[in-house]
Amino acid sequence: MSPDKEPLLSIRNLVKRFGGFRALDGLTLSIAPGEVLGLVGPNGSGKTTCINVISGLYAADGGEVLFEGKSISGTKSHQLVHLGINRTFQVPKPFLALTVRENIEVAIAYGNHPEGLSEAGPLLDSLDLAKIAERRAAELNSAQQKMLDLARALATGPRLLLVDELAAGLNPRELEWVGGKLKELARTNMAIIVVEHLMGFIEQVTDRVIVLNAGKEIFEGRLAEAVRVPQVIEVFLGGAHAA
Amino acid sequence: MFSARFLRDAALVVVPVVAIMAVLPSFYSNHLLLFNFVVFLTLAQGVNILYGFTGYLPFGYVGFFGAGAYGFSVAVLHLKAPPLAALVAAGAAACALGLVLAPLLRLSGAYFSIANLAASLAVLQIISNPNLEDITRGPYGISLSGVFNPTLAYGMALAVLAATLLFVAYLRSSNFGLALQAIRENLFSASMAGIDVVRARMIAWLACALVAGFTGGVFAWYVSVFFPETVFGAEFSIFAIVFALFGGTSTLLGPIVGVVILYGVYNVIGVSAPQYFQLIYGFLIMALVLFLPNGLTSLLQRRGIDVP
Repeated sequence: MSPDKEPLLSIRNLVKRFGGFRALDGLTLSIAPGEVLGLVGPNGSGKTTCINVISGLYAADGGEVLFEGKSISGTKSHQLVHLGINRTFQVPKPFLALTVRENIEVAIAYGNHPEGLSEAGPLLDSLDLAKIAERRAAELNSAQQKMLDLARALATGPRLLLVDELAAGLNPRELEWVGGKLKELARTNMAIIVVEHLMGFIEQVTDRVIVLNAGKEIFEGRLAEAVRVPQVIEVFLGGAHAA
Repeated sequence: MFSARFLRDAALVVVPVVAIMAVLPSFYSNHLLLFNFVVFLTLAQGVNILYGFTGYLPFGYVGFFGAGAYGFSVAVLHLKAPPLAALVAAGAAACALGLVLAPLLRLSGAYFSIANLAASLAVLQIISNPNLEDITRGPYGISLSGVFNPTLAYGMALAVLAATLLFVAYLRSSNFGLALQAIRENLFSASMAGIDVVRARMIAWLACALVAGFTGGVFAWYVSVFFPETVFGAEFSIFAIVFALFGGTSTLLGPIVGVVILYGVYNVIGVSAPQYFQLIYGFLIMALVLFLPNGLTSLLQRRGIDVP
């Protein structure tokens, strides 16, 4: 994180257990406004769990989550949305029976957008959804559903956006477009945490990355530096490659 | 103040339906049958509010209906309340039951439906308990001959129907209705759209309880003599659910179409050829589930028609 900026979100010693399995094991991180932070790591390393805890879907078993310096532990998801936190889902979860426009309108109506967004039009245009605005979400392809999921999140005017594997399944042209869109959002001072397996995409959009393994941070810095760290190589490729 | 869609739904559906049911007693002498039509038109919309907009299918919906009937009766018998005031008690009793059963909303799908059915059976057992004879008359039933006034009761049933239809029209045209549909589609995404899921769901739950409670109240008023099994009979839930699903939920017109066709068939075949009634009814419902799972109105929706 840039040293001259106050963190928007800080996580301290976050713990989340599922039975005997510690999905998050004392994770600490912070992110400043306008920064794009990548969370990377092998499957089961705790990336999505971290997002689920920040967005209120899971209650933490230990540690603290601070947003603008105030604890948000135990705050319900819809209240977090009103505070300025939103997310996309790894598997997009649009309201399938509603039209694309209605999906966005309901988020505008209940999302408490700080600048008082009143209609879906600008978002539909911005995310290339205008042509399919009157179609039901169930009729959209996977990439379109992902954009709609992003539009639903943006309709609430988040200052912290949590993006969970938005790039998975997109073609190279779509990847570049989405990456550009995230960078554009970051330039509006939005803090963005990106969980992703596609390293090219992470390289394109993030300012720094945190590499997780077994719920713990094993590296923090630029992705280009991470690939030279033996411990990182080991968790991604196995011990033989690290040597 | 009112959206164009609300005004259109009110003009095309609410006003004609209420007007037809208001003038029919002048032309058709079987007023009990007309009253039962009004009761099922209202109950099917009550199911529509909960299932059509939030996705919870209340197998025990009759519990609210019975609670309303007994709330009305207890107010008349013990508080000597006039019928209109007793109707308030009917709605309050159903809402109170709704609050008691609110934890069921933590369940979903078949688990909610079965738990709701069990809850309505439990309420029946409590109401018909001989030890509560002083309050509910236990299993011996209720007689409200002192307030018997079928004409006024029919009028109030129409008022409840009109209010229910207008509420459904409001749900179809408002952000709140959109929020309920979002909850039906996905709880997590609904939360992340900023919707207070617990609060919105509770409002829909209590609204559907209130509809059944008022309807149970006017039913008690209209028939004036009934037993616990009469107002807690499973057929109220089954008919209301089947009618709503047959016509198509989330619309105003669907449950009305379902009631008119299926309750019409029930009364024509059920009386003239009762031996064939269940067979024909069974075929109709099977055909619907197989070929039109979203109800008859989905035939129009598939063609891009915005069904009221």
